[in-house]
Amino acid sequence: MNTIWALAGVVIKELYRRKDFYVLFVLTAVITIVAGSVRFFQDPNIVRYVKDLCLLLIWISALLVTIATAARQIPAERESRTIFPLLAKPVTRGQVILGKFLGCWLASGIVLVVFYVFFAVVTGSREHYWPVLDYVQALLLQWIMLGVVTAMTLLGSIVFAAPSSTVTIVFIVVAGILFLGRHLNTVAMHYPEPLHSVIYAVYFAIPHLELFDVRERVVNDWGLVSWLACGLATLYAAAYAGLFLMLTWLAFRRKSLN
Amino acid sequence: MKKVPSCWLLALLFVLCFTLATLFVPRAAWWNAVPRAADWNKGQSQSDNVFKLLLGEGRRLLGNEMFVMADVYFHSGYYPSMFDQQETDRDVADPAHGQADDANSTSDDFLGPPRDWIAALDRQFVPNRHTHLSSGGPSGHVKAVTVQEILPWLKLAADMNPQMIDSYTVGAYWLQTSLHNPREAQAFLFEGLHNNPGNTELLFDLGRVYNEGYHDANRARNVWLAGLRCWEVQPADAKTNVQSLYLCEEITMSLARLEENDGHWPQALKYLERVKQISPDPEGIQKQIDEAKKKAMGDK
Repeated sequence: MNTIWALAGVVIKELYRRKDFYVLFVLTAVITIVAGSVRFFQDPNIVRYVKDLCLLLIWISALLVTIATAARQIPAERESRTIFPLLAKPVTRGQVILGKFLGCWLASGIVLVVFYVFFAVVTGSREHYWPVLDYVQALLLQWIMLGVVTAMTLLGSIVFAAPSSTVTIVFIVVAGILFLGRHLNTVAMHYPEPLHSVIYAVYFAIPHLELFDVRERVVNDWGLVSWLACGLATLYAAAYAGLFLMLTWLAFRRKSLN
Repeated sequence: MKKVPSCWLLALLFVLCFTLATLFVPRAAWWNAVPRAADWNKGQSQSDNVFKLLLGEGRRLLGNEMFVMADVYFHSGYYPSMFDQQETDRDVADPAHGQADDANSTSDDFLGPPRDWIAALDRQFVPNRHTHLSSGGPSGHVKAVTVQEILPWLKLAADMNPQMIDSYTVGAYWLQTSLHNPREAQAFLFEGLHNNPGNTELLFDLGRVYNEGYHDANRARNVWLAGLRCWEVQPADAKTNVQSLYLCEEITMSLARLEENDGHWPQALKYLERVKQISPDPEGIQKQIDEAKKKAMGDK
């Protein structure tokens, strides 16, 4: 376990050495503050559009940071040939995968904490209301979702040739799931067999990342999601993350490092 | 080449930022400024805003989307997507059009029962009940002023498509009724009239703001009379459609009520007679005429 934690620590250090996160955070902050400074009908209490915009930017930024970080981990080790001394130590390939996954996932968690603190401060200063538990729940659900994305990206980084193609493909897949995943069962109803069954099979096969998107509830003050539902969603995400990590390990185990 | 010290580069960047800020800030303020009545005669139109600058005439396509967003916020996010049965009626606009704010009107359960366990689980994470901001929102005890949250979208809808009358009338209605802000309602309707001179619907709503918001019967009367004149000069085919006739009936009836309140019975009866000619319920109007005649006799 110590080996996995040591590998994860290196990934976290890499996060704060690189500029991606800082750039995205400053961009999110500037856009949110500019949007928040616009006053409609001289009313200072209008806030939901700012929350909506800020959460959208947080989702995009967190996805970008997570995918970009996870996609370059193993290819960078191979390119700089640091993978050889790493594997020469008593470290298995499975531990490398788990260490990289844990590091990327924790790094995305740190990113989310920073973003959500900013979100809470901006919206709280405007509406003078602090639904902290709602924000914590939204953060946790998003973090769990990012776990699946991290595992998926690590698999992509083994399968695809370059980190750039991994980032592009994973980003398109994740965006596709977030936009369409929820509606595939409705779409399937409009098609005859066998397309109906094919679309339904895809619907059940894909990881439903949109389950973890509670932005609408947070923006419109719907209150907390039941913790039982959150627990079920967590088990669902854990199953998919485990599956992707297993596939990554299987692919990495046979992969030539040269 | 000699390396430039980083402090010099920073100073240069600071000067550049300051220059750009001094250049753009006054312009940005002017782009977003709401014109008042005094600005009407200025050559620059309100529709020449930042969106026109960026998107040209294509921005009109987004006007309806912005209006839909106001309706989405009015429903606290519980709204059909492009994959569900479409919402044909905009509940946010119903009260402004004189219809009851019925929280169970449309799309009460557009999702239907969940088709599978994923859909059932998904319902827990999204807005899952039809509510209106005006009637308490999701928790049922949200203050009426929360309706203010729809206003940015109505303003954006008006900026995107200045000829979309509903944006002004719906915005002014909620500003006037729920938020008790007749000044902003008036300014928004002025903006609408600036972009749509002589629009009868906007003049009718402006009269309502004067009458109910400012309790200024004289200005309300003048604006409604102007509205009636604008209605008269419309082409014949525009006057015969149901919506246009309803608007004329509303304006004339409002004028009749004003004259009744002021005790100007002959004028009130004249307006009521006119309403009778266009109303779908002439018998009901005749009863009102008879009552008005009795009251007029009593006053004498």
